[in-house]
Amino acid sequence: MAEPVHPSSPTPSGQSPQIIEPGHTFATLTDKISAIVLTQRTPWFWYVGFALSFVLVLVLLFSIAALITVGIGLFGVNVPVAWGFAIVNFVWWIGIGHAGTLISAILLLLRQKWRQSINRFAEAMTLFAVACAGIFPLIHLGRPWYFYWLFPYPNTMGIQPQFRSALVWDVFAVSTYFLVSLLFWFLGLIPDLATLRDRARGRVPRFIYGMLAMGWRGSAVHWHRYEMAYLLLAGLATPLVISVHTVVSFDFAIALVPGWHSTIFPPYFVAGAIYSGFAMVLTIAIPLRRLYGLEDLITDRHLRNMGVVMLATGLVVAYGYLMETFTAWYSGDIFEQYLIMNRMFGPYGYMYWLLILFNILIPQLLWVRRVHANVPLLFLIALSVNIGMWLERYVIVVVSLHRDFMPSAWGMYSGTIVDYAVFAGSIGLFVSLLFLFIRFLPMISIFEMRELVHELDERRR
Amino acid sequence: MERIPLYGLMAEFGTPEALLDAARRSSREGFKRMDAYTPFPVDGLAEAIGFRRTRVPLIVLIGGIAGCLGGFFLQYWAAVLDYPINVGGRPLNSWPAFIPVTFEMTILVAALSAFLGVLALNGLPMPYHPVFNVERFELASRNRFFLCIEAADPLFDRERTGKFLESLAPEGVYEVES
Repeated sequence: MAEPVHPSSPTPSGQSPQIIEPGHTFATLTDKISAIVLTQRTPWFWYVGFALSFVLVLVLLFSIAALITVGIGLFGVNVPVAWGFAIVNFVWWIGIGHAGTLISAILLLLRQKWRQSINRFAEAMTLFAVACAGIFPLIHLGRPWYFYWLFPYPNTMGIQPQFRSALVWDVFAVSTYFLVSLLFWFLGLIPDLATLRDRARGRVPRFIYGMLAMGWRGSAVHWHRYEMAYLLLAGLATPLVISVHTVVSFDFAIALVPGWHSTIFPPYFVAGAIYSGFAMVLTIAIPLRRLYGLEDLITDRHLRNMGVVMLATGLVVAYGYLMETFTAWYSGDIFEQYLIMNRMFGPYGYMYWLLILFNILIPQLLWVRRVHANVPLLFLIALSVNIGMWLERYVIVVVSLHRDFMPSAWGMYSGTIVDYAVFAGSIGLFVSLLFLFIRFLPMISIFEMRELVHELDERRR
Repeated sequence: MERIPLYGLMAEFGTPEALLDAARRSSREGFKRMDAYTPFPVDGLAEAIGFRRTRVPLIVLIGGIAGCLGGFFLQYWAAVLDYPINVGGRPLNSWPAFIPVTFEMTILVAALSAFLGVLALNGLPMPYHPVFNVERFELASRNRFFLCIEAADPLFDRERTGKFLESLAPEGVYEVES
């Protein structure tokens, strides 16, 4: 009996592309995606890319070693700006991670079929972003070797962490987010690891994939429980997308300093997180699909959908900026009003306007339909959003701290070479982990693509 | 000829619909001990081979409740009993401030329960299983769909079950060594 070949689906308007190119069968999907890991020669750009990012990882390790040996003074932090690059980077990375969970979990619950080909590497991106984020709260401590005091462990000092502090909430939120993302990602990988086990040539790959796949054999009963667990995990990860960045935003929402005393922060931060996250997914997806020839699986429709989500969340972020400015004026509080004036026209004013340019103005290009089809332009817009979101975190952290209530306590801040080194190093770590992921694991969820092809076939009949 | 000990007989199909049909017919024949193997989850297949309700949701619910209560009482014990700090006479049991951590603990323990629960109920890790003895079975993770009727089933008979499986028009019928 012939295997179902996914025929060309008639596109409704004739214009919008499909979520998977026609002509794929279960076999071709499996072979194509697993070939990247198993049989294809590792392409030269993989070695070059990994080498470059690994250099940055070494920079990171060296900087952290220097930081711990010499002290926190290597960072540019001072009084009053006691939080600088470290926290900016932490919030930036965590924000980036949220898109992966949204794609995996929320789009699953909303039955958006277009998530199938991007959710695996988006979820991997989340894991690596959260791993990079987690470095910063540890190294920014004055005595990083005491980081475990933040956890409620039985200790000889007779103390407990302060559970009413947003910093302790951060610890729990980020740890939970990392663990749940890891579990969700790994659960999704198990059937694909079984595919790799069955298709691996050498004894060592077969053994390793076999151990990781835990003996998965595709039993219908197992699939039934698996689907239930996967759905439940998606349901659990969904509130995490909202709550984790909300808790991170509490670091800035529940303080007293002007600019850190605003109830708009939770929704604005979460929207900002999804915004920067989708920008990062696009930044990764566009070169990846080009280099590995995956345009038939990650189609223009995916890029268009992601562009639309970016536009929507960008508008929410713009609304957040607007409301902050408005409530500062409307409150009549001279300190809040000064903060807004200082943000726009003070010593860091140039950053604010760059922020508006990168985060608000450039992405408005996404209103134009043709921009979505112009892949290089989409890539540049995604990069612009990534940069813009980093600038936003910088403006929130540094500008609010450097001039608060008392003019005698005002100061300035600039990042030191070590600040920049750790930041670049964390990007290197992220990219290295991505390269390793691409090389050793299927970057597209094979079984979900088979399901997609099957469903599209059924709909045809 | 030496008869090898059998785990069961396996039939291979090219499409999920054929497997679904075969599973339903086998169920109607009266076979209870059987399983189907597919490269992706097929709707209705678990019911067709006689599987009813899964206990995963219950496990996750219990995990979530445990996380919630555990998380809250951890904070309560720490802030009220073990290490109370008098800050301007404010209530020690500041439950609104305890909500974020309680929420995260609920999700964490529920997620852990889901993951461990599904693995435990499925009996995984189980690196060895008789079905892997069939060479063609490696296609179960690619593009073929298998139905296996176990020898432990009361109605199982090597010849007759074999003929029954042949009647389902499979691509092949194989003996699964135990």
